Amino acid sequence: MTTLAKTGVRDTDLTAAELHAALERVWEPPSGFIGWFKNVFHKPISTRFIFAALGFFALGGVLALLMRLQLAMPENTLLSPDLYNQLFTVHGSTMMFLFAVPVMQAVGLYFVPLMVGTRNLAFPRLNTFGFFVYIIGGVLLWVALFLNIGPDTGWFSYVPLSGPEYSPGKRVDVWAQMITFTELSSLVAAVEIIVTVFKLRAPGMSLNRIPIFVWAQLVTSFMVIFAMPAVMLASAFLAMDRLVDTHFFNPAEGGDALLWQHLFWFFGHPEVYIIFIPATGIVSMLVQTFSRRPIVGYTAIVLSLIATAILGFGLWVHHMFATGLPQLGESFFTAASMLIAIPSGIQIFCWIATLWTGRLLVRTPLLFVAGFIFIFVLGGLTGVMQASVPIDLQVHDTFFVVAHFHYVLIGGAVFPLIGGLYYWFPKMTGRMMSESLGRVNFWIFFIGFNLTFFPMHQLGLAGMPRRVYTYLPQTGWGPLNFVSTIGAFVLSVAVIVFLLNAFVSYRTGALAGENPWGADSLDWSVPSPAPSYNFLYIPTVNSRTPLWTMEPAQPVVTGMRADILEVLVTELHDATPDHRHLLDGPSIWPFLTAVAFGIGVITAIFTAWGVTIGAVLCFITLAGWFWPAGQPIEDTAREAAPPLGERA
Amino acid sequence: MRAPTINTSAAFDVSELPPIKFGPHATIWWGVIGLLLIEGTMFAILAATYFYLKQNFTVWPPSGTPNPDLFAGSANMALLIASIWPMRIAHRAGLEERRRAVFVALAICSVIGFVSLALRFFEFRAMHIRWDFNAYGSVVWTMLGMHTAHVISSTLENLLITLLMFAGPVERKHFTDTNANAVYWYFVVLGWLPIYAILYFAPRLL
Repeated sequence: MTTLAKTGVRDTDLTAAELHAALERVWEPPSGFIGWFKNVFHKPISTRFIFAALGFFALGGVLALLMRLQLAMPENTLLSPDLYNQLFTVHGSTMMFLFAVPVMQAVGLYFVPLMVGTRNLAFPRLNTFGFFVYIIGGVLLWVALFLNIGPDTGWFSYVPLSGPEYSPGKRVDVWAQMITFTELSSLVAAVEIIVTVFKLRAPGMSLNRIPIFVWAQLVTSFMVIFAMPAVMLASAFLAMDRLVDTHFFNPAEGGDALLWQHLFWFFGHPEVYIIFIPATGIVSMLVQTFSRRPIVGYTAIVLSLIATAILGFGLWVHHMFATGLPQLGESFFTAASMLIAIPSGIQIFCWIATLWTGRLLVRTPLLFVAGFIFIFVLGGLTGVMQASVPIDLQVHDTFFVVAHFHYVLIGGAVFPLIGGLYYWFPKMTGRMMSESLGRVNFWIFFIGFNLTFFPMHQLGLAGMPRRVYTYLPQTGWGPLNFVSTIGAFVLSVAVIVFLLNAFVSYRTGALAGENPWGADSLDWSVPSPAPSYNFLYIPTVNSRTPLWTMEPAQPVVTGMRADILEVLVTELHDATPDHRHLLDGPSIWPFLTAVAFGIGVITAIFTAWGVTIGAVLCFITLAGWFWPAGQPIEDTAREAAPPLGERA
Repeated sequence: MRAPTINTSAAFDVSELPPIKFGPHATIWWGVIGLLLIEGTMFAILAATYFYLKQNFTVWPPSGTPNPDLFAGSANMALLIASIWPMRIAHRAGLEERRRAVFVALAICSVIGFVSLALRFFEFRAMHIRWDFNAYGSVVWTMLGMHTAHVISSTLENLLITLLMFAGPVERKHFTDTNANAVYWYFVVLGWLPIYAILYFAPRLL
């Protein structure tokens, strides 16, 4: 084999300090106002993503408070029925599409590259595109709400209510196009994560050594790929029914209202697991770190994640038990709905075994894990109850369901998320969050949550339907609703304490150092906050808990270029080094493409020409994105390489 | 627990590894596979919708609508399958980094793409129904339209790479793009098989 001529500056040519300076120069995000739009690096983009998602969480929370105020007493007149409809629709849509899914993916986009030991995501520009598409979708929904054209048919927008006949105007169209934006963004993030996990892992990190959080992100990404197309298609059908008079959901012309429910829930049920699985990944990392031992049942947990993902696609009809489907079908979906409790149960037992046999370090993140287990088990139990058709028919569309899914989603996702943010805050900012404020935060949150949502179980059993703007005093629902409203305000105090803690700790928190928790994964092997290039040298891995088993002479990867945006590509299964790969650098085109796409989709709310306009604009911007700029880089340029025959 | 130490003496040297590889080695190949999974799911759900809506009709196509004419669709089918040949040449030439051959083969593919789109115009007419007439019309127009959108985007991509090969500063990484582009075109062609079968033969056989 002939030796390739060494080109460019290699890390081996430099001392560690020189290498740091060289990498900083190359990986430093562009500065200035325009530079903000050109950034393609995973940490800053994910940080924006997390900020935006938390912002939408806060906005959605404000809507929830308004609704709770309206329901605090019977025959309240704070909100009009029409406004109430818009508020619960935008609340649900915001929490599902603009907060829960994006925030989990954003945490993944931030930490997956750090955990697998690489310097950026596989497609940096695509990631930036996904972020801006998401922002446009979120702003669209909220601007519409303030203009009194907020969607008002619920977060699942059932036809015929949302069809052209019963919902004239543009409210539902805003909802349908918001779906297009957020689901595209979600699909983009899923592909990013899959390819990054498959191809950019550090040498030695074979599939059976991937951190469980990364497994969770990987499994979720596959779920996104198979689930999101259903809702994009369904919302496109809906928009076409409304705009160009197609008849997908119009029974008068052979369409079918139940088709909407099938398509929506074929996405909608996996969606719950798309939110929940990354959260269990966070829990597994936290349990391992704070038990100070490798997690019990790594293989069982990974297989449980995969089983949950597969079973999650076989449950959607349990949202439709009240529609009069054939009994045999209902029985099948009852069985599947009960079956999915098994993999979730396996995970919970593995966590308990790990905690039981570990040396516990009780810190705020672990409190949130404990809160998660408590609340999620309760939510899971009511879930198993509703898998039974008779119970489901009884509580369908009541506050019992509202209680159930808030236990599952807040308990199953928001608790682990906040625990995870306490855990990773030091890596993201270099400073610890206050432990005492953290404990206060946890207890207010835990009490406020249960105070808000536990009474809703009883309200539902007592017959209170969801989505009503008020109720009569004679129903006797007043006192529990009042308690629930008080709980909602306690809950919002907890959120404020969290934000306060983050704000104060960012400025004055104790310096964290590399690995304040004594954790095992690669993200904790780099300084806090992580440098722009993540790893000075690409690390190697010799176990599932690399930092705990690191040899004194653990080798690192050398021979990478230090003067261009180069990453190491490894083989899918064993992560053996395969080739070096030049990543794309900062560019304005992803932003412009997102804007072009946005113009097309938003115009399509009003005229079908929006599709054509968007397509033309997107082609122009994509051509700009694709077209090479400037001089080819030596070594990766064709001219510099020897002819093919002389290699190998 | 030991502090992480950096040990460059026991290093894992990768300087000899190539800076570009093709096919499943490359990240872009996996990116395209992800895209195809998404698109494939989309088409599968669309096909499911077709058969779901069919249940609402006693006859299919609904009475008064003749079966779709076979000529334009079948011609398009033949043309798209034939296009695999020049695309295969472009694909291979890309792997061997032969710029001129890629240019010629992709130029041919671009022309084929435009001819296919012209045929597609007649295919919409061959359905003998408008999208706003009933649910049958809606779903066949959407299926045809969705595939047409893929032919358009894929043809424009072919054209763009053709132009790049002709005029642009070509870097080695662009040959991974020709590779990914070919995989995408194969998908567009092969994706037409089930849609063609459903649109033209489900009304005749079921």
